[in-house]
Amino acid sequence: MTQINRLPCGLVDQTTTLKFSFNGNIFEGHPGDTLASALLANGQRLVGRSFKYHRPRGIFTAGSEEPNALVELRTGASQEPNTRATVTELFDGLEARSQNHRGSLAFDMMAVTDLLSPFLGAGFYYKTFMWPKSFWEKVYEPAIRSAAGLGSLSGEEDPDVYDKGFLHCDLLIIGAGPAGLAAALNAGKAGLRVILADEDFRMGGRLNAETLSVDGMPGTDWAAKAAGELMNMSNVRMMTRTTVYGGYDHGIYGALERVTDHMPSSGGKPRQILWRIYSKHAILAAGATERPIAFANNDRPGIMLAGAVRAYANRWGVTPGQHVTLFTNNDDGWRTASDLQARGINIAAIIDSRSCDAPAQIAGAEIFMGTHVIDTSGRLGIKSIKLSNRRIVATDCLAVSGGWNPNVHLTCHQRGKPEWRDDIAAFVPGAALPNAMHVAGAACGSLTLAGALTEGHRAADLIISLSGKASHSETPPRAEAEAASISAFWHVQSDTGRAWIDLQNDVTVKDIKLAHKEGYRSVEHLKRYTTLGMATDQGKTANVLALAVMAEQTGQSIRETGTTIFRPPYTPVAIGAFAGRARGRDFRPFRLTPSHNWAAVQGATFVEAGAWLRAQMFPRAGESHWRQTVDREVAQTRKSVGICDVTTLGKIDIQGRDAAEFLNRVYANGFAKLAVGKVRYGLMLREDGFVMDDGTTARLAEHHYLMTTTTANAGLVFRHLEFCRQCLWPELDVHLISVTDGWAQFSVAGPNSRRLLQKIVDPTHNISNAAFPYMACGDVTICGGTRARLFRISFSGELAYELAVPARFGAALISVLMAAGDEFEAIAYGTEALGAMRIEKGHPAGNELNGQTTALNLGFGAMLSDKKDCIGNTLSRRPALVAPDALRMMGFKPVDLSQSLASGAHFVASGKAATTENDEGWMTSVTFSPELGHSIGLGFIKRGHERIGEIVIAADPLRGQSIAVEIVSPHFVDPEGVRLRG
Amino acid sequence: MHYSAWSLFWQGLKGNTDWKPAWREPQPKGRYDVIIVGGGGHGLAAAYYLSSVYGITNVAVIEKGWIGSGNAGRNTTIIRSNYLLPGNEPFYELSMKLWEGLEQDFNFNAMVSQRGVLNLCHTDGQRDAYARRGNAMLMAGADAVLLDPVGVRRMCPFLDFDNARFPIKGGLWQKRGGTARHDAVVWGYARGADSRGVDIIQNCEVTGFVMENGVCKGVETSRGTIMAGKVGVSVAGSSGRVMAGAGMRLPIESHVLQAFVSEGLKPIIPGVVTYGAGHFYISQSDKGGLVFGGDIDGYNSYAQRGNLPVVEDVCESGMALVPMIGRARLLRMWGGVMDMSMDGSPIIDKTPVDGLYFNGGWCYGGFKATPASGYCFAHLLATDVPHPTATAYRLDRFRTGAVIDEKGAGAQPNLH
Amino acid sequence: MIINHPLLGPRDAQEFTYFGDASLINRPDWQAEDAAELFYEYLHVRDNPAGEHRELWYHEHGDRSWLVVTRNTLTHEISKVEIARDVALTRRHGQ
Repeated sequence: MTQINRLPCGLVDQTTTLKFSFNGNIFEGHPGDTLASALLANGQRLVGRSFKYHRPRGIFTAGSEEPNALVELRTGASQEPNTRATVTELFDGLEARSQNHRGSLAFDMMAVTDLLSPFLGAGFYYKTFMWPKSFWEKVYEPAIRSAAGLGSLSGEEDPDVYDKGFLHCDLLIIGAGPAGLAAALNAGKAGLRVILADEDFRMGGRLNAETLSVDGMPGTDWAAKAAGELMNMSNVRMMTRTTVYGGYDHGIYGALERVTDHMPSSGGKPRQILWRIYSKHAILAAGATERPIAFANNDRPGIMLAGAVRAYANRWGVTPGQHVTLFTNNDDGWRTASDLQARGINIAAIIDSRSCDAPAQIAGAEIFMGTHVIDTSGRLGIKSIKLSNRRIVATDCLAVSGGWNPNVHLTCHQRGKPEWRDDIAAFVPGAALPNAMHVAGAACGSLTLAGALTEGHRAADLIISLSGKASHSETPPRAEAEAASISAFWHVQSDTGRAWIDLQNDVTVKDIKLAHKEGYRSVEHLKRYTTLGMATDQGKTANVLALAVMAEQTGQSIRETGTTIFRPPYTPVAIGAFAGRARGRDFRPFRLTPSHNWAAVQGATFVEAGAWLRAQMFPRAGESHWRQTVDREVAQTRKSVGICDVTTLGKIDIQGRDAAEFLNRVYANGFAKLAVGKVRYGLMLREDGFVMDDGTTARLAEHHYLMTTTTANAGLVFRHLEFCRQCLWPELDVHLISVTDGWAQFSVAGPNSRRLLQKIVDPTHNISNAAFPYMACGDVTICGGTRARLFRISFSGELAYELAVPARFGAALISVLMAAGDEFEAIAYGTEALGAMRIEKGHPAGNELNGQTTALNLGFGAMLSDKKDCIGNTLSRRPALVAPDALRMMGFKPVDLSQSLASGAHFVASGKAATTENDEGWMTSVTFSPELGHSIGLGFIKRGHERIGEIVIAADPLRGQSIAVEIVSPHFVDPEGVRLRG
Repeated sequence: MHYSAWSLFWQGLKGNTDWKPAWREPQPKGRYDVIIVGGGGHGLAAAYYLSSVYGITNVAVIEKGWIGSGNAGRNTTIIRSNYLLPGNEPFYELSMKLWEGLEQDFNFNAMVSQRGVLNLCHTDGQRDAYARRGNAMLMAGADAVLLDPVGVRRMCPFLDFDNARFPIKGGLWQKRGGTARHDAVVWGYARGADSRGVDIIQNCEVTGFVMENGVCKGVETSRGTIMAGKVGVSVAGSSGRVMAGAGMRLPIESHVLQAFVSEGLKPIIPGVVTYGAGHFYISQSDKGGLVFGGDIDGYNSYAQRGNLPVVEDVCESGMALVPMIGRARLLRMWGGVMDMSMDGSPIIDKTPVDGLYFNGGWCYGGFKATPASGYCFAHLLATDVPHPTATAYRLDRFRTGAVIDEKGAGAQPNLH
Repeated sequence: MIINHPLLGPRDAQEFTYFGDASLINRPDWQAEDAAELFYEYLHVRDNPAGEHRELWYHEHGDRSWLVVTRNTLTHEISKVEIARDVALTRRHGQ
């Protein structure tokens, strides 16, 4: 197919041909084209269907504000829905498909909705589909959902990678049109660190779309020269294809750079980069967006914004039609006629709503002043227009200009409110701009080229002087002032036809009137009731028009009517870009224990514990069920000796003359009298009296302690201790440092643990039961002089130690321990066996220390002393926390010992129904006890300590189970603690 | 005017010229039996139930801006009753039952859509906690199903099962959970209350309270003094500001929560899915947008906007859970002011000031509670005793220690 | 947001963890007559101002300083940043 609408001009490389496909048809275009310009060049006017009424639609704009020309780009996992053809750079082999139709694009079966439009006005669905009640989920909603959305996701994982980056600058300039370029030249020459970002792939903005001159040369040439100059400044970073999508606090801007979207494939590069830009100052030079005028059937393919029509002609060498008509309310629109006519395109007619003298004469064009377009014809593309003087004019492209709206979006991201200006009939940035933001050019309402150049230059002047530098360019670039007079005109009154305002969501003037009639008059109600401005284009071409129509209905001014809130992002941003590389296995970093690689070689399975991966168990050949493995690990530990990596426990080194006092205040139980060389269990409360964490703290020397925390709470506890130290008791001489990663630590548990350790610990250290009793600790050396710390503490209930070495020796130590344990048939055990043994022993862990429990609940009520202050002491005495029927942590065993208990079951008294009113507590942790040979559990039950021996029901309706259980002591194994002292 | 398919058809034939305003724009009267401060979902629901259930129709709802302009108008539309604690679950189940009959009750289609809510778990401890919760739900008369990984995969094959940093170990599914069209809930209650005589007064800011001998007798507003038998305050994120007018300090901080919606896409996500290893929940609206959110920004704010770290955190979690959404584009992000309480649970109670009642502390979970919150607040205003499902929502519970702390995070609002 | 750390200069707020109102520094006397009431108020009841707010931030991914940041909750503008320990010490000496 030939490019029937291609003109011999523009900024595309017509010597090179690119092939692309649209709905399977092969077309040709050139480097520099967008998909939209190439489609127009090939005479493809129909490109999509609207959301609600499935109206045929064509390309409407030449920029990121496009409401109609959305396509699915690429194929397979790379399929990209809702991609705007107007900003999609053409590349060889590009594949695009139109969206939102059943059947072909030209014969969409869903277009029947258009015929039903009298019944489908704004908010129709709020008034029906309510009967019969069950039909919503079964009939109505499935039907509505089947019509939902525009494009579709592939359903596959996004195959591309995304990067994130951080940039710092003195001045961020958003938009490289005339204002942005003038500002960048000035600031760049003055030596500021400048970032110039533009969403387009070519610097210059509207200069590339117009035929105006700057400094005596064509605007496009000036833009190219300016960009070249800036490119050579080492202090200026030029970022094309980069959309500054949001403004955030303190001069931080979010920007998206599209790195490979203009290429056939990303070729291993990141597809896009999400930049966080830290700026001292910013100049918003984002230009303006043209808006249409509403009239009956103003949505047909071939009806386009006037500025877009001449952009296609001037920049891309494409005419959207051969018999072009123009409908305008302002002088700027006339430039479309003169530019196209200069390129040899026939201008059939110019219709201007203003009753004044024609601002120009265009050869061959009929001119109708004070006239409106009142209707159009052409089902799949415009064929003719009907004027208010009843004339019918044949045309294949109607260019419409209703004036220009400054792109104020980024001035509003911090809740700034734009202000209305009557002279340009548009909103401009309000006086309360985000800190250090300046606005220049069309974005500020200066809609002439000369104004933009001057403002950009002057804004940079201001920032240069604020930065303590001097400007090296006295005068801004020069341009002739062009005519820009406008007389606000919003929509042509019509009693019959529908006049579109929001093209994508099919919101018409009638819908606005209906919303008004039904009381949805606030702009936000209007938006929400009609879905105005909620489509992918966020109403960039629609919103102001809608406000004007609403203002007309209420009799208020547009200023009084106000606008909806502009929110980030300026244009939609891929979710993948916000995620960057944090996805899949890389979602969060892994923390690995020192014995991780060793455990992996042993065939361990691993489990996530926060960011840590811990060995869960060490299955052996022949073990077909995980229980076999865990039972063996427990049994062997209790029989001989087992070794477990406990490095993940938080470790906090505490030093200072007041360290003892500090500990005494952060722990609920007393720590003032802990002797050097001893360890003590510590229970830590939050200030609200609930348990925060538990662990042990060892006194290594007079003013030196080492605290351990649970794995899960290591960070929380450290933060809390620093708060206590710095904010509550700054007078105490105490210092903290986290040494969790500094020490590898292994539990060596079981009756043979001492004998094993005696083979490793250097003989100069006596670790006999007498010299190193239960709860002893101290510095030792092992393996002939390696520094280590030994703690005689037990989580399993067995004779047990924890041995710590500097982390770099951890990997070696596990091998040494296992080798030394060979004669005892020592085994390594994982978190499952650890958990089973602690339940047998009745130690609370994560399921019991869940932030909802008190010392009293855990059976540690006696630990609290009213003789000292400590965090949480006062509030732990609140009435509800010490109520007589408070929960108590107890042990539970099934009456029928062959039954298995389940965590999460709730306790109710025998004979009572399982209801909220009868709820007495719940099972927190269960395990099979190899020692006892049956299932056991820990749980909380009201007044449990007074109910030992009582049979209650562990109700588990979730899993269809209800088991009679006996309340027992939580200490199933060695309740007297003989073993751990042995 | 009754809404129905017939009225829609008839009006369509007549050119849609006879539709009436969904609610009036009355001038405030000098006195009402009850004034509700705050025209959000909760305030309007309270007025609706006062008029429809408790027969009190001389009621005004006073709204600073436009109705539904607070959190009712900017949330992720999820409804569910999957709570753990006995102080909460019966209340939220009441709410769910009210949702289930709401549209027929107030004659407005709020698109209550029970497509299910699935909470995923990623550790054994989390699964134990979900089992405890699921049983609590069933014991309160709600529905719950515990799924294993196979069951989750059958329901949501698009989740990351094969390359996940935190593998999915199962999930707790509430079939009756789902979403509702948030704005329509506001409008439905407003229209229903208005038709029963309630005055909805928009663009009227309450600037203070009329106090006589320590008793609240009305409100001062930007449109003059309005007297009342009782005043109920239901202003969510503005609770601190408004109640300061009665000299009260609250166990509440105002925080910003951001939420997100993507461009419209053909349906691909069936119900609501929440991630258990990161801050992320997602559903897809009937219009096709992916609606998702995560954690609060974490600092006190009334600015109704957030910052980038949370945006990135939410999207990271989203990509970790649902890797197919990478090429979907985030269309709009917004922030609302959350009245974060000290235990993450709400307050519906009398205040120390006679005649002044308070409803707040909804944190970021107020939307699903809208019907029950309105119902229970109406009950309290009408009878002066708490509704049986809302007896735990006392203002003094931090003094007594009877907190309702679902997360076990303690008295730090940004952890709830 | 950017917090201008008194020791380290401007840092992204992402490096910090937020805690709450700076009045949390003022922990009551446990031996006071009305200690229960004082602690209840200290921990739970907030001014929650819409405007200037003194609040505690912890440089968790940095030097572990607790800071008192004066920030406007309507605009997020930060007008002052102090080392919390200095604030706490000053308060002590003021008593």
